[in-house]
Amino acid sequence: MSAQTFHHALKIQEDICIGCAHCMNVCPTGALRVVQGKAKLLAERCVDCGECYRACPVNAITVEQDDFSRVFDFSHSVLLVPELLFGQFPEDVDKSLIKEALHQLGFNEVVEVEHAAGILQQSTHEYMQGSDQERPLISAFCPAVVRLIQVKFPALVDHILLQKPPLDITALYYRKKLEDSGLDPDQIGIFYVTQCAAKIAAIKSPVGETHSYMDGVVNMDYIYNKVYATLKAQKKNGAQPPASPEQQPLSPEGILWSLTHGEADRVEGRCLAIDGIHNVMEFLEKVENEEMSGVDFLELRACDESCAGGILNPANRFLTVERLRNKARQQEQTPVKPARGIDHYRDYLHRNLALKPVAPRSIMKLDEDMTRALNKMRRVKDLMNTLPGVDCGVCGAPSCSALAEDIVNNKATLRDCIFIQRKYEQKNLQRPDESFDIMRRIWGDDKLIGNR
Amino acid sequence: MEFDYQITGGDFSSAGFASSHLKKILKQLGIQPRLIKKIVIAMYEAEVNIVAHAWQGWIHVRIEPQAIRLEIQDQGPGIEDIERAMEDGYSTASEEVREMGFGAGMGLSNIKNNSDDLEITSTVNEGTELTIIKKFQ
Repeated sequence: MSAQTFHHALKIQEDICIGCAHCMNVCPTGALRVVQGKAKLLAERCVDCGECYRACPVNAITVEQDDFSRVFDFSHSVLLVPELLFGQFPEDVDKSLIKEALHQLGFNEVVEVEHAAGILQQSTHEYMQGSDQERPLISAFCPAVVRLIQVKFPALVDHILLQKPPLDITALYYRKKLEDSGLDPDQIGIFYVTQCAAKIAAIKSPVGETHSYMDGVVNMDYIYNKVYATLKAQKKNGAQPPASPEQQPLSPEGILWSLTHGEADRVEGRCLAIDGIHNVMEFLEKVENEEMSGVDFLELRACDESCAGGILNPANRFLTVERLRNKARQQEQTPVKPARGIDHYRDYLHRNLALKPVAPRSIMKLDEDMTRALNKMRRVKDLMNTLPGVDCGVCGAPSCSALAEDIVNNKATLRDCIFIQRKYEQKNLQRPDESFDIMRRIWGDDKLIGNR
Repeated sequence: MEFDYQITGGDFSSAGFASSHLKKILKQLGIQPRLIKKIVIAMYEAEVNIVAHAWQGWIHVRIEPQAIRLEIQDQGPGIEDIERAMEDGYSTASEEVREMGFGAGMGLSNIKNNSDDLEITSTVNEGTELTIIKKFQ
């Protein structure tokens, strides 16, 4: 296998991690182990879905973001925000006040990502009319899903609809627009407010792109706190600026794009929308087996309630969805259609909206060599008859089968299993202090020595 | 490497279990995704054939470094006219089976299209035996 590095925005803070294995037990790709009493991430298996972040009881898993002061490295900075950001605030907080607060933080322009929804929708329509790519086509919108397909469903990479998500199209549009206006390209800084770790990974190590269109990422919770503080101070000082009408309001489709059904309801043909990573995996199993026919398009999102359920969103996902849906409804009743700047770049964006093919990188393989893989599989099968099958995780691996695979790949030993230890002790093949040392190696001194 | 599966006739809710299991195995062996797809489709069709037509059946899977061999055996009504059964769209599936979305008459031809070698023997009112071979190269 070629040497590759995968950028992950999710980081385990070793000094905070208590080695409780909660993360290991929820990881959908089996990307975590416990070693020396700390969670350890297996980079090639991680898809940045954030399930571990949700499960951690001590906040030892963090989402890295760029240093905010980078904004000031550019004379012209643009902040791309998902409409969801406005949905984090109660309905009585006017959008213009939030935007104004973002300007005050140092951004020259604040632009909703979903302005590109219309162009993407049109392009998807044209593509589906003219292409015989195997159906169902799978949207490339959610980076965690794209990565999940690469590692766990390699046969389905050919189903990915190779079009940039709205975020990248809007970034491309803004950069081009500002360059055309005569700004020095090096002085244009494009930043993105993210609701999840997967989007950061997609920006730092893009799939289907040679480089990212973003200069930096700001996390949703961070920006929320900043805006919240600004709004609160304004209110306290009586310095709240008057709310102003939006100059370029988003279309209802744009407002709803990142929610469940946001894409599926707008693509022609038989489309399904599925959210939640376990639901997505269950469905991809069926797609892979060709257990269904006649489905044209799949909108798959790793988070429950799609991006409203992103791990960095401070607001409750159901309330966010309600707010965005209300807003879209209001927008539908507004008959005025203002000129949208992005339309002037329609042709340019259409030409540049394709992604490069996504390569599979299966994490399932036991070995690159088929004969060796068969031998390893025989050993795994034998081991599974020896191991207890309770998936207790005491060995530091998420399941008996994960331990068996680790054993055949020389990353663990059969004696890591607590049931095997008892068995060996019973037969006088292993002393209790030897078992103790094994447990110490896995769970660390803290849990086994001294008083916790 | 060998695996065995038992399939119960009429148990539509479990159809697909054996093919999903086999798929996981093939992924672990690093078989090319395109080949996996073909093998899993053949396996799934065979599974559904047992569920839809037979009383019960067994699938024996044998994996060698060069090829995979699926031996499928069922106790069931058998196939009267194998040649016709191989035709696209020919089906003897009951109305109930069709209502469940199965029995479109593509099963055997789908198996044939996705394998390198297919052998069928059948005795009416006793059962059917299929041997499917797919090479890995």
